[in-house]
Amino acid sequence: MAKIIVVTSGKGGVGKTTTSASFAVGLATRGYKTAVIDFDIGLRNLDLIMGCERRVVYDFVNVIRGEANLNQALIRDKHAKELFILPASQTRDKDALTLEGVGNVLDELSKTFDFIVCDSPAGIERGAQLAMYFADSAIVVTNPEVSSVRDSDRMLGLLSSKTKRAEEGKGQISEHLLLTRYCPKRVTKGEMLSLADINEILAIPLLGVIPESQAVLRASNAGVPVVIDSESDAGQAYADAVGRFLGEEVPFRFLQEKSHWIKRLFSFKEKEAV
Amino acid sequence: MSIKNVFGRISQHFRRQDETAKVAKERLQIIISHERVQRDQPDYLAAMQRDLLDVIARYVNINKDDVRVELERQEGCSVLELNVVLPQQ
Ligand SMILES: Nc1ncnc2c1ncn2[C@@H]1O[C@H](COP(=O)(O)OP(=O)(O)OP(=O)(O)O)[C@@H](O)[C@H]1O
Ligand SMILES: [Mg+2]
Repeated sequence: MAKIIVVTSGKGGVGKTTTSASFAVGLATRGYKTAVIDFDIGLRNLDLIMGCERRVVYDFVNVIRGEANLNQALIRDKHAKELFILPASQTRDKDALTLEGVGNVLDELSKTFDFIVCDSPAGIERGAQLAMYFADSAIVVTNPEVSSVRDSDRMLGLLSSKTKRAEEGKGQISEHLLLTRYCPKRVTKGEMLSLADINEILAIPLLGVIPESQAVLRASNAGVPVVIDSESDAGQAYADAVGRFLGEEVPFRFLQEKSHWIKRLFSFKEKEAV
Repeated sequence: MSIKNVFGRISQHFRRQDETAKVAKERLQIIISHERVQRDQPDYLAAMQRDLLDVIARYVNINKDDVRVELERQEGCSVLELNVVLPQQ
């Protein structure tokens, strides 16, 4: 039985697809057979971030409609051996995803996969609700910004009532906070909500903090999920988060600003003076 | 006063106007706690509040913000609390 993970946020553009891609690669490189599904019907993008856009033949909706079978639609990832991508369809038909269809696809994948990562669309409409409905775990992607935090809280409300687990009384799905685009420097200046602030407000376990990083744009330009750039801060932060998800104890990094050389110089002088 | 303190003081001076994170946190705490209460309430509550308001407005001159309906869950039962601020004669 696979563990189904939904990557969700309510608010758009906060880093769900970036996270889904890196998380899926992270799980697969550790040897877990992983599938990552793009639920953003009509706005397919996971394929670009994963660098497989030119290999898309069939998609999620084709499988649901019986126009292709799963094996025809799944794309084998070129970075990680155990990873497969199920792309979203570009149809404008809002009702292309059905509860039954999604359930069947997840059931079938569950037979052979260890993890299924569901990249949710923004908002609280059908696509977002179906992405979370069958989940065992949720990664709530949040930016340190008022509307994102509020939307995350909204999503937590939906996660606790509008999932299969909640409806069948099979216990809460496990919720994890992933804070992304974090700028320690702006936090020090008092310009940005801090990790502590957001933790206090949302009050769910913290999975990771991904710094605002230039490596993310570079990664999406190249179609190589940022976690593969193991030199980069964001890549390392994603790898840490995957470790924590798997139950490892990994210390948090990138929470402090890199001090400016002038400051470092002064603190050095002061130490000498003592 | 060490040179680092001087440095800190100067940058603090320029910084103050930017400390908006505190405001953000306070606003979020208020709106989220409000929304969490609403979230746990049944859907009919808002409609009931409207109806109650209509009935009361037939007898006294009140406005929308003067009526508050809350459902508080206690062990074994729920308590419907109705707060109406009546205008002084
Ligand atoms: N840690 C980061 N540092 C810098 N930029 C980032 C970071 N994370 C995400 N981004 C950028 O933010 C933008 C949105 O990212 P992404 O597409 O992953 O968000 P999304 O939540 O999937 O959006 P949508 O709601 O439209 O599906 C992208 O341009 C991405 O490069
Ligand atoms: Mg996306």
